[in-house]
Amino acid sequence: MTATAMEPNRLAAARDDRVATRPLPARLISRPEVGSLVGAIVIFLLFMAVAEPFRNVANVGTILYGASTIGIMAVPVALLMVGGEFDLSTGVAVTTSGLAASLFAWNFGLNVWVGVLLALALSLAIGAFNGWLLLKTGLPSFLVTLGTFFILQGVNLGVTRMLTGNVASSTISDMDGFDSAKEIFGSEVTLGPVNLKVTVLYWVILTSIAAYLLLRTQLGNWIFAVGGDADAARAVGVPVRATKIGLFMAVGFCAWLSGMHLLFQFNTVQSGEGVGKEFIFIIAAVIGGCLLTGGYGSVVGASIGALIFGMTQLGINYAGWNPDWFRAFLGLMLLLATIVNLYVKRKADLR
Amino acid sequence: MTTAIIGSKPATDHPEPPPLLQLDNVGKSYGNVHALRGVTLNVRQGEVTCVLGDNGAGKSTLIGIISGLHDYTEGAMQLDGQPCRFASPRVAQSSGIATVYQNLALVPLMSVWRNFFLGNEIRKGLLRTLDIKRMKRICDEELRRMGIVIPDLDRPVASLSGGQRQCIAIARAIHFGAKVIILDEPTAALGVKQSGVVLRYILRARDAGLGVIFITHNPQHAYLVGDHFVILKLGQVALDARRAELTLARLTTEMAGGQELEELSAELRGETGQRDGSDTRTGARSEQEEG
Ligand SMILES: Nc1ncnc2c1ncn2[C@@H]1O[C@H](COP(=O)(O)OP(=O)(O)OP(=O)(O)O)[C@@H](O)[C@H]1O
Ligand SMILES: [Mg+2]
Repeated sequence: MTATAMEPNRLAAARDDRVATRPLPARLISRPEVGSLVGAIVIFLLFMAVAEPFRNVANVGTILYGASTIGIMAVPVALLMVGGEFDLSTGVAVTTSGLAASLFAWNFGLNVWVGVLLALALSLAIGAFNGWLLLKTGLPSFLVTLGTFFILQGVNLGVTRMLTGNVASSTISDMDGFDSAKEIFGSEVTLGPVNLKVTVLYWVILTSIAAYLLLRTQLGNWIFAVGGDADAARAVGVPVRATKIGLFMAVGFCAWLSGMHLLFQFNTVQSGEGVGKEFIFIIAAVIGGCLLTGGYGSVVGASIGALIFGMTQLGINYAGWNPDWFRAFLGLMLLLATIVNLYVKRKADLR
Repeated sequence: MTTAIIGSKPATDHPEPPPLLQLDNVGKSYGNVHALRGVTLNVRQGEVTCVLGDNGAGKSTLIGIISGLHDYTEGAMQLDGQPCRFASPRVAQSSGIATVYQNLALVPLMSVWRNFFLGNEIRKGLLRTLDIKRMKRICDEELRRMGIVIPDLDRPVASLSGGQRQCIAIARAIHFGAKVIILDEPTAALGVKQSGVVLRYILRARDAGLGVIFITHNPQHAYLVGDHFVILKLGQVALDARRAELTLARLTTEMAGGQELEELSAELRGETGQRDGSDTRTGARSEQEEG
């Protein structure tokens, strides 16, 4: 045999002195959530300056409540976007879950917990269906979930009218199990002057778990991989199908959690509710640094995006501005955030 | 096609161990494209099997079957004497087959160490947290052994050079390969030094008792390390010979199409003689003709 030297160790290469280790600030600024953090601080300062009630500490609870209802969905939507897909059916899926629990329990006169569990199964199934159909057909998630969006929207209205003759589910506050379910999904605690809804707790827990999952576990590695390059991920042994379907089911789970809050907070669910919310969740994730093309993003960023929403929604109110401007403001935020993220990312990669 | 010596293996003095991996008349169609037809191949332990062939000959399709990337449509495959059909690359990997794909299978936006351990992450503790420190250390060691140093393993793979990326893919396969290592044109993007390292690695893996499948366009590289040579042509085995039966010159000729090449060179010589006797390049000549 020709080649005989068999000691690659000896080839220990000289250190490449062209690449300096990147300084800590450069590494910090290359985190995907940086843009959203800057945005959140700017908006916070803005409303602190112009809106007197914004400075009242008692309103923290209200602001956080608004942020949490968006954040609970923005977190799984961000995971899904990092995994390379997105879901347009999330807004109406929340309504579907609330309606399913309510109508099922009411129609058959059962304990509401039966309805709650059925709604959970249904929400997970909707998520799994989205993922399965997507992988089966190879269609882009835009088309598949646009289909589910319309189907769910129609079913919400149709089934509610069929069963109640109304556009909202009947109130279930006098049924068995309602009080205990309300404890879980719609309670609140008072800390000094601040009233905190239980959704804030769920939001914080979900954000922590998802952030840990994404950055510190094998599953997180797989989520980045299936979003970044699904073929490469499959070739090195990542179960791409299971990961993607799992992500859609996580979205389903959070839609259920949101739906249950909706139901037990207001006793009844409007069947037309939720349309348009899906974009708010996606925008929160994008503001938080998620790339629409997948493979890059942050859960913490998405939660900061949700916080920006919460602050803006109420800030505009508190400042006495006309709430008509809210949407225009959102669009502007989205564009700014995307541009800032792009700019920061380029800068950081070059450094 | 010239002397295809299919199956004419000389009987050796000592009884050969059964092949590690055995393909028997394996075929694969993409719709109506028969990318691979009746391929029979034996990969033995402690041997380097070189697969050579033109572009589109079916080499990547062949290794795709072995690495579980796609299913075969005809024939049978055996690993360690057991019939096998890998449902996914994950199954093939857990059977001890590691692959360096031609397209490298790296995720561009992910960091070097995350790519290195993708699908084989090291975890620790009750929460099964990623052992990032350990993974970075191993990744750094393996890359240094290949002669490349990447100071910041947190850099996304997209920011590295083509050769560095290829080294990551190779180091990864070498690190995780347990029984069979497949390298699909691993030296395509490499410099002389790194190519040398890769060839040494191939021999080292062979000496460690692995079966190595080495796919290349370069007969010199193949002849340096190969024990056994298979040439694919239009999805079929055109030559299957052991090292003792071949010389480098013969291998090169076979690879270039054997008799076809001789015919071609005779034809070209005749043609240039008829034209103007000089050996200008075709492009230059056509320009002259137009002018
Ligand atoms: N996904 C596919 N769908 C249809 N045909 C395919 C597909 N992949 C490969 N082929 C066809 O199969 C044949 C063999 O391709 P393959 O990639 O195995 O060649 P190769 O020997 O690896 O070539 P190269 O040296 O260029 O890498 C080609 O004719 C190609 O067009
Ligand atoms: Mg190929």
